Amino acid sequence: MASQSMKQSDDMSYHHSTIINNIIIRSFKNFITNNIGILIALLLISIILSFASPVFLSQENMLSVLRQVSTNMCLALGMTLIIILGGIDLSVGSIVAMAGTLTVGFISIGEMGIIPAILLGLFIGTLCGAANGAAIAYTGIPPFIVTLAMMMIARGVGYIYSGGQSIRIFDESFTSIGTGYLGMIPYPVIYMLVFIVVMLVVVNRTRLGTYIYALGGNREAARLSGIAIKRVEIIVYTIAGFLAAFAGIVLAARMYSGQPSVAQGYEMDAIAACVLGGISMSGGIGRISGTILGVIVIGIINNGLNLLGVNSFWQLVAKGVIIFLAVYVDMLKRKKAN
Amino acid sequence: MEQVALQLSHIEKKFAGVHALKDMYFNLKQCEVHGLLGENGAGKSTLIKIIGGIYKPDAGEIKINGKTEIINGIKDAQARGINVIHQEIVLVPYISVYENIFLGREPRTRLGFKDHRQMIAKAKIMMENMGLTIDVLRPVHELTIAQQQLIEIVKAISFNVRILIMDEPTSSLTNKEVEQLFIMIKKLTEHNVSIIYISHRMDELFTITDRITVIRDGSYIDTVNTKQTNIDELVKLMVGRNLNNYYQRHYQENGERLLEVKNLSKKGVFKNVNFHLKKGEILGFAGLMGAGRSEIMQAVFGADQYDSGEIYFDNKLVKLKSPQDAIDIGIALVPEDRKKQGLILGNSIAFNLTLTVLKQFMHGCLVNQQKQKDIIQYYIDKLNIKTPDADKIVGQLSGGNQQKVVIAKWLATKPKIIILDEPTRGIDIGAKAEIYQIIDELCASGMAIIMISSELPEIINMCDRVCVVANGQIQGELSQSELTQEKIMKLATGRA
Repeated sequence: MASQSMKQSDDMSYHHSTIINNIIIRSFKNFITNNIGILIALLLISIILSFASPVFLSQENMLSVLRQVSTNMCLALGMTLIIILGGIDLSVGSIVAMAGTLTVGFISIGEMGIIPAILLGLFIGTLCGAANGAAIAYTGIPPFIVTLAMMMIARGVGYIYSGGQSIRIFDESFTSIGTGYLGMIPYPVIYMLVFIVVMLVVVNRTRLGTYIYALGGNREAARLSGIAIKRVEIIVYTIAGFLAAFAGIVLAARMYSGQPSVAQGYEMDAIAACVLGGISMSGGIGRISGTILGVIVIGIINNGLNLLGVNSFWQLVAKGVIIFLAVYVDMLKRKKAN
Repeated sequence: MEQVALQLSHIEKKFAGVHALKDMYFNLKQCEVHGLLGENGAGKSTLIKIIGGIYKPDAGEIKINGKTEIINGIKDAQARGINVIHQEIVLVPYISVYENIFLGREPRTRLGFKDHRQMIAKAKIMMENMGLTIDVLRPVHELTIAQQQLIEIVKAISFNVRILIMDEPTSSLTNKEVEQLFIMIKKLTEHNVSIIYISHRMDELFTITDRITVIRDGSYIDTVNTKQTNIDELVKLMVGRNLNNYYQRHYQENGERLLEVKNLSKKGVFKNVNFHLKKGEILGFAGLMGAGRSEIMQAVFGADQYDSGEIYFDNKLVKLKSPQDAIDIGIALVPEDRKKQGLILGNSIAFNLTLTVLKQFMHGCLVNQQKQKDIIQYYIDKLNIKTPDADKIVGQLSGGNQQKVVIAKWLATKPKIIILDEPTRGIDIGAKAEIYQIIDELCASGMAIIMISSELPEIINMCDRVCVVANGQIQGELSQSELTQEKIMKLATGRA
């Protein structure tokens, strides 16, 4: 339809708007059908919580949920690319801690300017990602092992640099990166939205996006199709490293300190969000929209349990059970569809 | 001899409201080898799954040895002596042959541990009975595919099999191994076993079967005595119409030399490979499986490296470091295994078709999806890929249509040379004829084609020249007028 009307008429602006409208309507439909399970779960949880706690639906609380999930969103977006590629990245939590600690250290101890310090922190974290990718692409060691090693190395580097202590920082112009607001919206939420948009475009509209799915679906076929598979692997792990470093610096700013011991187990939260969002652990299948919902569901569960005053140890148990059930229901649904 | 081992009548099976089988009839006599023939999607696999107890029929009657029976699941089928050998090998790779044979029903010692001694002794006897010399202590992954297939058969027989169903058992065997398999099948029939044999290879059906049943679109068409029929009749029954010119080939004057390979060697894989290729010709590469044909072509395509030698493209020396280099100068390779090497099975036709040529659709760093659609539709039409739309998942297509997608994906790169590695493996006759037609048209349009094939009739009827490869070396080159099965086999087995 769209292509026909394109040929027939000269009024480009008219088509453009219809084509764009079509694309939006179609993507919205796809979004609903692809994520129907998790959307229903999200709705149910929200309804229950809005009755159980009057605060839940307040604007303030919603924004605070979004701010809380922003770190996990960064990590999960990177993790999504990696899992679709057929890999896994255990090192992102450590990179968060290392990048935050180093950046704060560069400013407080090294007396570097804020911008050079941030750039250097980002660069080192990104380099860790690139190193992951290069090691996986060129040595053939499984991603699980390569990134397990990087998880320890990056964590260690943070401790070594700071002597195991957290480094405090009170410079407003740095901490505002994590604590500031644009209008009523916290900065971290804005970063998160930007990354989401960029990621949606990368995955759905660029060659890299297609190649990631191709590699995850069938590595050998991708190689024989002339795809530079090593380059794709390195780029993807590099992106994840960059996002982790970025999240780490924002987190440090929010905490007024670079803490080498922070973000333990964050990689697992990111993986959980992906899994919850229907990203297949065997690679090749999954959508960014799923991950976004996965992150939000986990965030809302955390927030809801907090509001209800459930103690944090029980929260862990509850989270585990919910993730297991959600994925199980999703699997039953898929089996039935086949 | 004339007793009926198995009879199915009026069998119905629906999936989601669609008839997979309707009013199906099948009659298997005691001790016969009965071929089952039909195009992909005709209902062969549904039929054998019903016989093997995997599916339950919606209606109809199954008689085993004249008695009406209901088969309740795979275990029940096995208990009644029915066993299926599937196309894909389902042995556990890292345990031994004898453990595989007894997997899931290991004899125990008095203490409840596995009785290895008894298993080994029994397995050895089974091997001897079938005239095999495979060491039962070896882990399965060390064996050749053919040996593994034979182990599958031994395993099936060990269930006291009365009816054995073999689904394309020869698809990955060399001719010699096929002979060995056939000897084994003959032996089985002497031991009172009836066999249902599924294959797309006509020559095999004529060699091994006593009768052949043809099915089409889920319905029974006819059962014929093998001795009283011929290929034309079977093809007609199978596709429901006359297939004129099964092999299509319009020979023409060859153009200039496009590719020349000189002294190409890779240690332990191939040695001193020399050949050239002209525009508008089809150069065949014949040989046994594992002779090194695919490896040579992978090197020519840049997917694997070689140690020494030269490749000239258009009279210029080229050094291809990756498939991308080959694509850039105009070489395409349709790989041997379309599922493992050719396609991203979980993605759509559109996705697979454009994977090699995404560069063409770039608008800045974004992919222009509208532009993609035209070219996708062009190839779906051109190669007659049967699908409701371009978003259909490739893994759900028939083998023939999958193969067309792989070919289309490579044609989209606008190659000057296309290398086809086993282009018709495992696809049905109708689709084969279509692929031959496509190949012929490409050749007529001036493309240079290399065709690796293990099917001799295909090589003989499609190629201008044929290089025969054995042990990683070209043993000889035969021109169109010299091509016979005997000459090729002599060179391929080194008996020349």
